Amino acid sequence: MKQVLFLGRGGQGAVTSAQVLAIAAFKDGKYSQAFPNFGVERMGAPVRSYARIDTKEITLREQVYEANYAIILDPTLVNQLTEKVTDLIIVNSNKKPSELGLKTDAKVKCVDITSIALKVIGKPFVNIAAIGAFSALTKEVSISAISEAIRQQMGHKGNMVEKNIDAIREVSNLAKQEE
Amino acid sequence: MSEKKVISGAEGVAIAVKLCKPKVLPMYPITPSTLVPEKLSEFVFNGEIDAQMIHVESEHSAISALYGAYATGVRAFTATASQGLALMHEIIPIVSGARFPAVMFVANRALSGPLNIWNDHSDSMSERDQGWIQLYCESNQEAFDTIIMAYKIAESKKVLLPVMVCADGFYLTHAYEPIQIEEQKKVDKFLPKYEPVDYLDTNNPKSFGAFAQPNTYMEFKEEEEKAMREALKEIIKVNKDFEKTFGRKYGNGLIEGINLSGAEHAILCVGSVCGTVREVIKELKKEGKKVGLIKLKSVRPLPVEDLKMLCKDLKVLGVIDRHASIGFGGALTNDIRSALMDEEVRVEGFIAGLGGRDINKEKIRELVETILKEKEGYWLK
Repeated sequence: MKQVLFLGRGGQGAVTSAQVLAIAAFKDGKYSQAFPNFGVERMGAPVRSYARIDTKEITLREQVYEANYAIILDPTLVNQLTEKVTDLIIVNSNKKPSELGLKTDAKVKCVDITSIALKVIGKPFVNIAAIGAFSALTKEVSISAISEAIRQQMGHKGNMVEKNIDAIREVSNLAKQEE
Repeated sequence: MSEKKVISGAEGVAIAVKLCKPKVLPMYPITPSTLVPEKLSEFVFNGEIDAQMIHVESEHSAISALYGAYATGVRAFTATASQGLALMHEIIPIVSGARFPAVMFVANRALSGPLNIWNDHSDSMSERDQGWIQLYCESNQEAFDTIIMAYKIAESKKVLLPVMVCADGFYLTHAYEPIQIEEQKKVDKFLPKYEPVDYLDTNNPKSFGAFAQPNTYMEFKEEEEKAMREALKEIIKVNKDFEKTFGRKYGNGLIEGINLSGAEHAILCVGSVCGTVREVIKELKKEGKKVGLIKLKSVRPLPVEDLKMLCKDLKVLGVIDRHASIGFGGALTNDIRSALMDEEVRVEGFIAGLGGRDINKEKIRELVETILKEKEGYWLK
């Protein structure tokens, strides 16, 4: 089982990130689960959400204490990451991993998701686009499944759907160069 | 069309309700049940369900309107949590006393104070003596399925008691996971059109909510007790029917024993924590420790005979209570201990997970160590 942690700020959509990832993993034929770190969400405050992906049915209900992957949507939150991450941390940042001051044994990759979101979507909406980086760097979920998941979860948001799908592709291509 | 989809538990519940075709939906949203009325409101607006949604001014009104709807002879539904359920308290026994087969969804949440929006069972456990059947759910698929089963159980002419379908707030309501969504035709076949026993009819006037004097009141209550005993059989029957139609079942409908064969120690719990206990039990098995799980689905009626059967080879049973009966341990522990009074098994109670405190694998292992050493239960913080 793979455990994924999203860390963002209230309003950035980290809860939706985990939901879309879980829907996408299921569309890829896996079992999945997503849930927020149960808190009162306040605009700007740190928000955590989690996803689990497995080839077997998931019955575990505890919060995520040790993640395989962490995705940090706001680079100013790197110091807020208290959970152990074993495999990979993806940070939305235009800096180099060594400049972030992250103390971890996991690999760290920086992808400038905000710049792509501003270019493609026209707004700094990074929560969905970030899954593109996750897809490229971990191969845990396919781009086509993420696109389908967005259509299921954000269908009512009109042209934002296609813009987010475009952003995912661009972020994924950028992340591949990081590899 | 039948399809499997990753959606939230609350959305799953709302879809299950839609498939049961209630006519009246009196709703007063409260965290963490809010997504249920939100989704149902969408279904009404889109014309996907032919129901009247009533935006009532409080939970007290929501359940009063639920009573009113049933008095007119239609199927109805409401959902609530925490203080919302507490505010309904006055009307809760009036619905069961009228023998209306209502279904209510409870998104389990701690009671204030201090104010807390997170999960525990203090809301529904405090209402367990009011003549409502209480069914707890481990997963979102089980919550979806239990809503459909609940109407069939409640409406059985041998039962005619309302059902509370309880699912852990946030742990289930806000969790996204795969849910098999059944098709309308199949649900219609499983749950036939509602046929009320009694309803308000100007051509055939009857008195509802009548006064019962000391010479009859006890008989009314005794009838409810008898109906609860009938419910024990009916729940088993409905669970079997459900399996035949949809291919899924939950133990015998009332209770389920997991990994009990050869085990002398077991954990009994209700709700979503059963899933985490399952994981721990698997890990322990690999380590050579044999620990069983008793998943209790029906808290009311309490399946005493089934419970005794499952416990016959046990030495110690650790009960997880997500609720404290302040002043005398945990309500669930007290019930289980009383049910097993004449049995060999020793029952130890563990109060855990109050106000959203996570009951994680580490805490369950701590509980297991305690019961393996045959020590006393405590507040597992």
